[in-house]
Amino acid sequence: MVQPGPAGDDPIILVENLEHTYGNFKAVDGISFAVKRGEIFSFLGPNGAGKSTAINILITLLTIQKGRAVVAGYDVATEPQRVRESIGIVFQDITLDRDMTVWEQLEFHGRLYDMPVKDRRDRIEELLKLVQLEAKRNELTKRLSGGMKRRLEIARGLMTRPTVLFLDEPTIGLDPQTRMRMWEYIKGVNREGTTIFLTTHYMDEADQLSDRISIIDHGKIIISGTSGELKNTLGRDLIHLETDNNEKAITLLEHLPSVREITVRDTLIVLMVNEDGTRVLPGIIDTLRDAGIEISSINLKKPSMDDVFVFYTGKDIRDEGQGPARPHFLRAGGK
Amino acid sequence: MKDRGLPARISCGPEGSNMQYGFVTIYWRDMIRFVRFKTLLISSLLQPALWLAFFGIAMASNFDAMMAGMPVPAGIHSVGYLTFMAAGIIAMTTLFTSLFGGIVILFDKNWGLMREILASPVGRNHIIVGIALSGVTKSFIQALIIMGFGVLIGAAFFAGYAPLQIVIGILGILAFVALFALGFLFLSAAIAISMESPEGLQGVMTLLTMPIFFASNALYPIDSFPEILRVISLYNPMTMLINGIRYFAIGPDFYALGHHYAFTQMDIALSFLGLVVFSVIMFVLAWWRFRKAVVT
Ligand SMILES: Nc1ncnc2c1ncn2[C@@H]1O[C@H](COP(=O)(O)OP(=O)(O)OP(=O)(O)O)[C@@H](O)[C@H]1O
Ligand SMILES: [Mg+2]
Repeated sequence: MVQPGPAGDDPIILVENLEHTYGNFKAVDGISFAVKRGEIFSFLGPNGAGKSTAINILITLLTIQKGRAVVAGYDVATEPQRVRESIGIVFQDITLDRDMTVWEQLEFHGRLYDMPVKDRRDRIEELLKLVQLEAKRNELTKRLSGGMKRRLEIARGLMTRPTVLFLDEPTIGLDPQTRMRMWEYIKGVNREGTTIFLTTHYMDEADQLSDRISIIDHGKIIISGTSGELKNTLGRDLIHLETDNNEKAITLLEHLPSVREITVRDTLIVLMVNEDGTRVLPGIIDTLRDAGIEISSINLKKPSMDDVFVFYTGKDIRDEGQGPARPHFLRAGGK
Repeated sequence: MKDRGLPARISCGPEGSNMQYGFVTIYWRDMIRFVRFKTLLISSLLQPALWLAFFGIAMASNFDAMMAGMPVPAGIHSVGYLTFMAAGIIAMTTLFTSLFGGIVILFDKNWGLMREILASPVGRNHIIVGIALSGVTKSFIQALIIMGFGVLIGAAFFAGYAPLQIVIGILGILAFVALFALGFLFLSAAIAISMESPEGLQGVMTLLTMPIFFASNALYPIDSFPEILRVISLYNPMTMLINGIRYFAIGPDFYALGHHYAFTQMDIALSFLGLVVFSVIMFVLAWWRFRKAVVT
């Protein structure tokens, strides 16, 4: 029976100093975190950050090499069978049998988890409706579209009501309406007491769904917190500036007391400010104008998850295949 | 540990009571695939019949003509070549079906359900057992078809048996087929879970079938083999299976291809025991390979 324990301090997943090495490549590099019972917890990170590797260890598909991981009260090293009895998983890439029908895949899953006949038949109907595959129930999987396959996999992952449900980039390849519907259902499952561990590339998904988020890159957790907390680390407001002389502008603006940090994205200067941006803006404009710098565009906004992600992973930069994570980071300070 | 008392929150029976029948699920799914591929199904059933019809009848007309002049010792039941080799065809079919029975594991591993299964509460030994049982089922169906078809085209199986004896004969044959099939299915599963590509698997299987099939008494007597080959043949599970089939289908004492075959109950018991040992060893091998397997 599901006991929807209140989201409390009681950790349902506990990971300490987890490391994983493929050959001599360290994919997971000493991460520690705890997921509370009843939470929706997200790993947000760029390609190759080590998200799937961490999940594979937690779901016991990869043997733990170093560190400790406890899932639903069971140590993955010593009680993997118990762990498997307590979890559900939607894998990142397709794991369906092309030659089984939609209904058969779900039935097979229900049987794997030893659901009583009536429960699993009812659940199958409910989920077929949710993912709108009722008309395809007797279709072979190989005849489904890519998004339908994904929907089928999500439906399969939602068959049981495990203690912890792992979703590795669940909504990849889904159309926007379907994604929204999945989110609602996932929230519903969570309200019924299932703790959700999610990985995603979609900022809005992490933002909308998660109680807490860890940003992970190069096998390390860079920062964790609620989406509000993460955004607050970038200050109260962000000011985006474009000028005809960025370098000079930066040296001038660095010294303003209200500016906390400055980063550069392409031709854009991003100022993080500790105060209400609307009050800081006039001062900035004056400073630059006095120095004879032409402002070609200016924009004030609240920090979004995108901003947080880019700031902490330097993703836009790394995708160009250069150096360390935050090369454009200029200055921290100016309290 | 404070969390130890957590109920396992899958919607299933009390902890520990579930998952004893995981292999049934694996079996169910493999049988779905078996009946789904109609052409594969039909060809797998037709193939042994064709062997029997063409190779069997062609060779029989040769051998039986050659043997026609040879004196048969008085009082011994003599059987034709078709009857002799029909047992070999049952064994050959079982060998092929079983060796290739594990292939689904490789496909699942590379493109299919293996990760889902491995992450589920179903134990890894259940996967082995489920696949093995569905393989045995397929072999049973094939063996029965060959027996029926063989008798139809003139193989003297169960000649002069009373109905009860026929039933015992068939059950005896199936028992031998089951053990033999299990052994090779376990072997097949062990190889499949360890391999990366279907091509490699195909290669290994083909390499295995040749010596196993030809270093046996399936198509000819082994008595006149060179000594070393004869010893190999004697310990070949294939020979043990064929001994069992001939004992139950033809009888303990018969004459074929100029050779006198006599099986004591002890001989048959030893063959049976040999197959038990063989399949136990293969199970351990498969179990070891599955325990070590990492699929991500
Ligand atoms: N089986 C493997 N053998 C060797 N290296 C691997 C293996 N699996 C993953 N890696 C490497 O480990 C690193 C982390 O991979 P992982 O799949 O955990 O990333 P991820 O965060 O899930 O990325 P994505 O968002 O693209 O799914 C990558 O550099 C990858 O190349
Ligand atoms: Mg991944």
